Amino acid sequence: MHISTLKYQSQSVSKLYFIAAMALFAGQIIFGITLGLQYVVGDLFFPYIPFNVARMVHTNLLIVWLLFGFMGAAYYMVPEEAETELHSPLLAKVLFWIFLVAGALTIVGYLTVPYAKLAELTGNDLLQTMGREFLEQPLPTKVGIVIVALGFLYNISMTVLKGRKTAISLVLLMGLWGLALMFLFSFVNPHNLVRDKMYWWFVVHLWVEGVWELILGALLAYVLVKTTGVDREVIDKWLYVIIAFALMTGILGTGHHFYFIGLPGYWHWIGSIFSALEPIPFFMMTVFAFNMVQRRRREHPNQAAVLWAVGTAVLGFLGAGLWGFIHTLSAVNYYTHGSQITAAHGHLAFYGAYVLVVITLISYAMPTLRGRIANSKKAQAAEMWSFWIMTIGMATMVLALTGAGILQVWLQRMPLTNAMGFMATQDQLTIFYWVRIAGGVIFLLGQFLFFASFFIGGDPVTEDAGGKGAKSGVLPARSLNPA
Amino acid sequence: MSQSHSGFTKQMARNMFYGGTVFFALLFAAIVFDSERRIPERSNAQAITPAVVAGKKIWETRNCIGCHTLLGEGAYFAPELGNVYKRRGGDFIKVWIKAQPTGVAHRRQMPQFNLTDQQLDDLVEFLKWTGEINNEKWPPNIEG
Repeated sequence: MHISTLKYQSQSVSKLYFIAAMALFAGQIIFGITLGLQYVVGDLFFPYIPFNVARMVHTNLLIVWLLFGFMGAAYYMVPEEAETELHSPLLAKVLFWIFLVAGALTIVGYLTVPYAKLAELTGNDLLQTMGREFLEQPLPTKVGIVIVALGFLYNISMTVLKGRKTAISLVLLMGLWGLALMFLFSFVNPHNLVRDKMYWWFVVHLWVEGVWELILGALLAYVLVKTTGVDREVIDKWLYVIIAFALMTGILGTGHHFYFIGLPGYWHWIGSIFSALEPIPFFMMTVFAFNMVQRRRREHPNQAAVLWAVGTAVLGFLGAGLWGFIHTLSAVNYYTHGSQITAAHGHLAFYGAYVLVVITLISYAMPTLRGRIANSKKAQAAEMWSFWIMTIGMATMVLALTGAGILQVWLQRMPLTNAMGFMATQDQLTIFYWVRIAGGVIFLLGQFLFFASFFIGGDPVTEDAGGKGAKSGVLPARSLNPA
Repeated sequence: MSQSHSGFTKQMARNMFYGGTVFFALLFAAIVFDSERRIPERSNAQAITPAVVAGKKIWETRNCIGCHTLLGEGAYFAPELGNVYKRRGGDFIKVWIKAQPTGVAHRRQMPQFNLTDQQLDDLVEFLKWTGEINNEKWPPNIEG
């Protein structure tokens, strides 16, 4: 079972995590399309799968598969960065099965047991944590997440401690520890709704606009180091600058969620100013990715991975940066808060930043876990097409939701008198919701193609073919052919 | 930044990250501390009766947030409920919940939760209290 393309054999545990992540990703999209349909055919699957249940499955699957992706990425990257085998491959495998079974049971629970009954059965009365958006998991699942996270962090930290400490692995570790630490706020649920909401954002915002950006930066930097051959000193410096700006803007940027939930008015200023700066690190990430690829010192045979990496940087900027910015100022958010604009931003930001970075890592790592540096030309071509199809599907969805949001704000929020009611407004948005479904189906097709690319055979592209690869590279290189 | 002869080194970038993060995390903690102290007054905390607490639990264990927004947060499938007490009144809310689902073909359906009268009263108390929170006059109009 020796895999010649892996420097450290224990990296192979990551394969389980990647496969599980992709399977759950498929489930997420199926439920997403169901939700999209329920927006226009209100009673679809009712009462068997009500909207709130399908939504819970959709969002929880996203979170869980991204966590699988992050963990898989860490198990793959850390041994190579630390230049030593993983502390305990067995622990990694055991935790994988615990997490998968706990996650599956939770989803089955959502789908088969009424939520109030589920709360009763799982001891919600001991510590009431359920029924808050994204944190719907029963208490045992939440405790399970903490246990798995601690075991995982122990394993990864011990590996880093005994080996080489690189900037990438340190940043990744900080991000992962931060993730686990902030999750502890999911156990905080004060009776006062205002307080409840404030601490809820400590998990939700300080994850996706905080510590997750460290993970994102580390994964992206890793793949760029590997595929471009650019000097680590350069890449590390970029990484530190990007994450510095991410946290310097993102921490106080939390304030953009504190405008209208009962917290003091000064958050309008703090939130508006700092969250308006949040696109900066994402813009830097785009410049970073393009720069490194243009300055590449080698033609890596896996050009698909390079495309995913550049795609992450660009779409992360558009989704998290630009689409965040359009509704982040408090005077704008007063009208757009909790509208379809929020949904548009949420989808593009998660796709651009986190979905794509996990796929980037999978695209880079998976061939090596299967004994080759890169897949065949044909398989890579399919993968690249899948990037474009998924991205076009997502863009269609996001533009449709943005249109829906603008019309919703115009009809329901702007008028001072005789504003249209919520449901009457929804009826006006039907056309946008159909376009959104079309976008979702296109996304699903792209996802199928991505999965299919794993099964396309052919001769793997090798480093020797670099000369040819240069012409098919994602971007022209600046330094390959000195004049 | 990417030029090797530039004066800005990796160590400087790292220090900016650590220093900036610690500074802004502490600043955030300090402001949150101040907000904490002002929550009771802004949220009318003395009006949080046992019924409000029980109502919040009903709200949570029926996963209302999976369709509705509350103070603008949640799902965007069904109406905002932070101001529903002002929009519809307590009696309407109870009658409405009891009447679900409407069963009208192809329209969005709300499940029947079989709440007792006591539970309905608690839920209304929770929504009434929520409507009194000083949340900077959001939403812009009564439609939510």
